[in-house]
Amino acid sequence: MANTAVADTGPGLSQAQLAARYGLSVAGKRPTLAAYTRQLWSYRHFIAAYANAKVLASYSTARLGRIWQVLTPLTNAAVYYLIFGVILGTRNGVPNFIAYLCVGLFVYNFTSAAVSGGVQAVSGQLGLIRALHFPRACLPLAVTLTQFQHLLSAMVVLVGIVLVTGEPLTVEWLLVPPAILLQSIFNAGLALGLARLGAKMTDLKQLMPFVLRTWMYGSGVLYSVDKFTENLDNPILVNLVHANPLLVYIELIRHALLEDSPLTSAAPTLWLYAVGWALLVGVGGYIYFWRGEQEYGRG
Amino acid sequence: MAELTNTVPASVATINGERIPTVIVDDVHVIYRVHGAGTAGANSPASALKRLVSRAPAPTVREVHAVKGVTFTAYRGEAIGLIGSNGSGKSTLLRTIAGLLPTNKGAVYTQGQPSLLGVNAALLNDLSGERNAALGCLAMGMTPEQVKQKVPEIIEFSGINERGDFGSLPMRTYSSGMSARLRFAISSAKNHDVLLIDEALATGDRRFRRRSEQRVRELRAGAGTVFLVSHQIGTIRETCERTIWLESGVIRMDGPTPEVVEAYEAFMGGK
Repeated sequence: MANTAVADTGPGLSQAQLAARYGLSVAGKRPTLAAYTRQLWSYRHFIAAYANAKVLASYSTARLGRIWQVLTPLTNAAVYYLIFGVILGTRNGVPNFIAYLCVGLFVYNFTSAAVSGGVQAVSGQLGLIRALHFPRACLPLAVTLTQFQHLLSAMVVLVGIVLVTGEPLTVEWLLVPPAILLQSIFNAGLALGLARLGAKMTDLKQLMPFVLRTWMYGSGVLYSVDKFTENLDNPILVNLVHANPLLVYIELIRHALLEDSPLTSAAPTLWLYAVGWALLVGVGGYIYFWRGEQEYGRG
Repeated sequence: MAELTNTVPASVATINGERIPTVIVDDVHVIYRVHGAGTAGANSPASALKRLVSRAPAPTVREVHAVKGVTFTAYRGEAIGLIGSNGSGKSTLLRTIAGLLPTNKGAVYTQGQPSLLGVNAALLNDLSGERNAALGCLAMGMTPEQVKQKVPEIIEFSGINERGDFGSLPMRTYSSGMSARLRFAISSAKNHDVLLIDEALATGDRRFRRRSEQRVRELRAGAGTVFLVSHQIGTIRETCERTIWLESGVIRMDGPTPEVVEAYEAFMGGK
């Protein structure tokens, strides 16, 4: 019965030949990497608008609205100041422990939030994915951009804390933007990669809090990782601890903002690691996500 | 079937008397893999990690063969109704044409990018209708300038402001009919080469239904092809001149709407 549709367009043509004759393309075919990147670029306004919308939506039911964007890191810092600064009086051999702690915490939060957002970037937006056509990489990228906005307001708070605790304003502060940029690329790659994994394995969402907590303890947020290396005999393991990307980004920003913060590796080594991780995870995550492009609607 | 070949509707565009195909479906099979429905242990973090490591398929996966070898060609300017009982594979077929579900066998060829418009399309519920409209337009690939121009038109067409200024209220405050209208207004704001509509017209009130039928006709005049899935035979009769009847994932009949609908209604035991 269905053959009649072919018969009137010219006998002897198969469906595929008919498609080729009129220049039709296969539905849902994955574009080449270059074409995909171009598509993504033309959707940059959507990514920005979507990230903004997400920030707005997260505060839409709160009476104070976007003020929470600054209040959240401020409250966070206050809690840690209360416990570690006032009650415990922790120093850990670090001159300015409160500033040291806050840098670690805020930088860690940037990656942690991008990771937990990335896992759900595709699986949590199936409705949007099944309704409209756009390069799916927009979603995890928007997650990263949303968290980047949160980081910026956290950085304002951080600069206040660092200055109030008596750190001088130096030329080294200029190293903060490139460090954050590298971390953002790293986070984007991570969010992309995890978005594809999370789209297939919905259990991942439940596992992530544990993975993230382990990562936090391993990244010297609350204390220096020198404590680890004292207890590890194997030099390979020590190198592994030092190459931890999150540790690298935290150390770089500490190095830039704080005068006498102890470093686990020399600064040039840290920068090398930072660039390496950003490139590896950024590009790797992007390609990995692109390869699954046609599958995301399946859920 | 002869009628289909001989009486080409006036709305169908042609080149040298030949109709221009926009969607070619070639022996398409779609198989769903359904996860879950197993024991509680099968979904534990530990076993998920184990599957992650061993790349073994979940033991509870079951396969559902939803579309079994469907072949047809749709032409520019046509409005095609898709009918069939519940679970006959209509929505699956639409998603496959939209390129959202990969085929397991066969291929779908399309001109341009088909857009699926369904009632389950969820935008951001915490944002206002206007912001959602702007976001939807950007997601369809419009430029910010085009969006600025389109958003008032979309709000106007959806009619959500008829009972006061609802356009600036969050979408979670909308009734289901209102949000369905807004979604339809957003998706139909752009001239699509191929527009796939899944039961969307069934939700609005009588007035909105008339308006959306008018919009579907306009879209067809814009040389697009429209697919319409609906259980409301009346809507199919009014908007489509060709109808495909799908049953258990197989095409049972394909032809002019009156004939197919008559056979379908006879099959379903009248109204």
